[in-house]
Amino acid sequence: MSKQKNTEPLRIRRKHLNGYQWYVFVMLSIGALFMLFPFVWMILSAFKTKADVYAYPPRWIPSEWKWENFAKVFDMIPFWRYYFNSILTSVIETVLQIVISVFAAYSITKLNYPGKKLFLAFMRSSLFVPTVVTMIPMYLLVASLGWLDSYAGIIFPQVTTAFTTLLLMSYFDSIPKDLVDSAKLDGCGYFRVLTRVIVPNAKGAISTATLFSFLGNWKSYTWPLIVTTKTEYRTLPIGLKYLMQESSSEYQVMMAASLMAILPVLIIFIFCEKQLVRSITLTGMKS
Amino acid sequence: MSKSDSAAQPVTHTIRKVRIGRNTYSVPEIAVGVLLLVPSIVFLVFTFVIPVVQVIELSLTNFNMATGEMSFVGLNNYRYLLENDRFWLSMWNTCKYSAAKLIFDTSLALFIAVQLDKNVPLKKFLRSTYFAPVVVPMVASSLIWIWFYDPQVGPFNQILSFLGLPQLKWLYHENTAMISILIFSIWKGLGYNVVLFLSGLQNISDSYLEAARLDGASEWKLFWKIKFPLLRPITNFVVIMCIINSFKVFTEINVMTPDGGPLGSTLLIVNYIYEQAFTNGRMGRASAAALLLFIVIFILTQIRSAMDARKSVDYE
Repeated sequence: MSKQKNTEPLRIRRKHLNGYQWYVFVMLSIGALFMLFPFVWMILSAFKTKADVYAYPPRWIPSEWKWENFAKVFDMIPFWRYYFNSILTSVIETVLQIVISVFAAYSITKLNYPGKKLFLAFMRSSLFVPTVVTMIPMYLLVASLGWLDSYAGIIFPQVTTAFTTLLLMSYFDSIPKDLVDSAKLDGCGYFRVLTRVIVPNAKGAISTATLFSFLGNWKSYTWPLIVTTKTEYRTLPIGLKYLMQESSSEYQVMMAASLMAILPVLIIFIFCEKQLVRSITLTGMKS
Repeated sequence: MSKSDSAAQPVTHTIRKVRIGRNTYSVPEIAVGVLLLVPSIVFLVFTFVIPVVQVIELSLTNFNMATGEMSFVGLNNYRYLLENDRFWLSMWNTCKYSAAKLIFDTSLALFIAVQLDKNVPLKKFLRSTYFAPVVVPMVASSLIWIWFYDPQVGPFNQILSFLGLPQLKWLYHENTAMISILIFSIWKGLGYNVVLFLSGLQNISDSYLEAARLDGASEWKLFWKIKFPLLRPITNFVVIMCIINSFKVFTEINVMTPDGGPLGSTLLIVNYIYEQAFTNGRMGRASAAALLLFIVIFILTQIRSAMDARKSVDYE
């Protein structure tokens, strides 16, 4: 009895000291389980047999770990080709977007010439128009160029730079003018100021913008869906959609394919989460 | 480039100057500045100016991809759309989707962000779990949920039957299809808003909260009297972006219910435009619908900038 009496005030004090709110933690953990459940289900199911998938009550752990599901994905669809297409198009789009944006942002923030405000207004107005509005004429344009079912047709229409330019501009603005001036006194030309002063000082911003662009391009769906009809030009998201239509209810194969599609993003997520979160809070505040 | 490089040497007397209006500019600087903008301008012209002009032109024609016929029809496409049931169905569905998403997504995200802002163990890990679905590509995660919703072998129905409840047809019935899509898209998008709210909450200075706590304010009061008013700029942003983004939803509908669901119950406006343009080949009609959508989004954007312009709560 007396022992309990003694511990009571102590417990209250400790609660104030380390202050963990355990009931909040429990609540959040239950929510987190809901968020993670689909991923866990996907990973486990990618290894299941067909019988496991149809089992009732549902079987959590595969009865035998079937790596063949992954092989089956490659039998059913040219998965590597989709992967290659996705990587190729996203990388080229991202590189173009970032290089063009860096040029424009540098030009606007650090060089002095007339007509900048006009260009900025022009660029900002492009942000008002959602892609669905430009999609139809763009399709007709690409078709008239004979670019349907080609990499050029997938890549060029998706190179939009307004957003990344504005994002980079806000960083370039904060690079002090003195730094640029002293580089010029040291004999740097305009281009070397860009490569030696601006880019090294805005590394963080540029990598955030790159990550942001790349993930956007990687998951891009509507445009590649419209411009590709041939299998060999499909990107990963389009390929997955057709796999679903063709592999009626072979869920274990679908999960194996999804897992392979998600893996690179998951790796980026684990290593760059901080930057991803920052890109969201930044873009959220800016746009 | 090397030419302008040498021109930029600090030998100021060799740089040519030019007066435009009231300002003097150096000629090489103008040249370099404009040159660096050229790629941006080229892409903007091809991805923005030309398409915008053409979409307006197209919306006034009856251009049909299937037959190739194209003639000027004035405002007939707009008249057709405003009298078309399927167009209004898609608009109505989009409004329903957007309202439901707004109510559940925003409030849930705010609630979770407030909890994550408290002192809990494994905070970073918990935040990551809420954020993870945002990063995962839409199609890959849709595939998982299509299985969840499968009426025969889906885990959801298995759980329902385990609990002795009647099974649902989820994506395959007009009463449940939209709800199924909504549950999926809330799971998918929640983390984005959580991150935004959380960054706002972390910017609230502890001194306000400490002062209120010393005065004996309850957590409930603390939230409504201090946190919520200070979060208003972010809440405004989240709310309006949630509505605008709902008017742009396409992928999850196209993957999960390709034809707009049973009886068109999940047909959203972008899916209607896609259907008109690329299934029916009615480019003119689809362009008119796209422009109507643009007007809606434009109005919403204007509301947002009006809200931004209003002064937010300032405790300083």
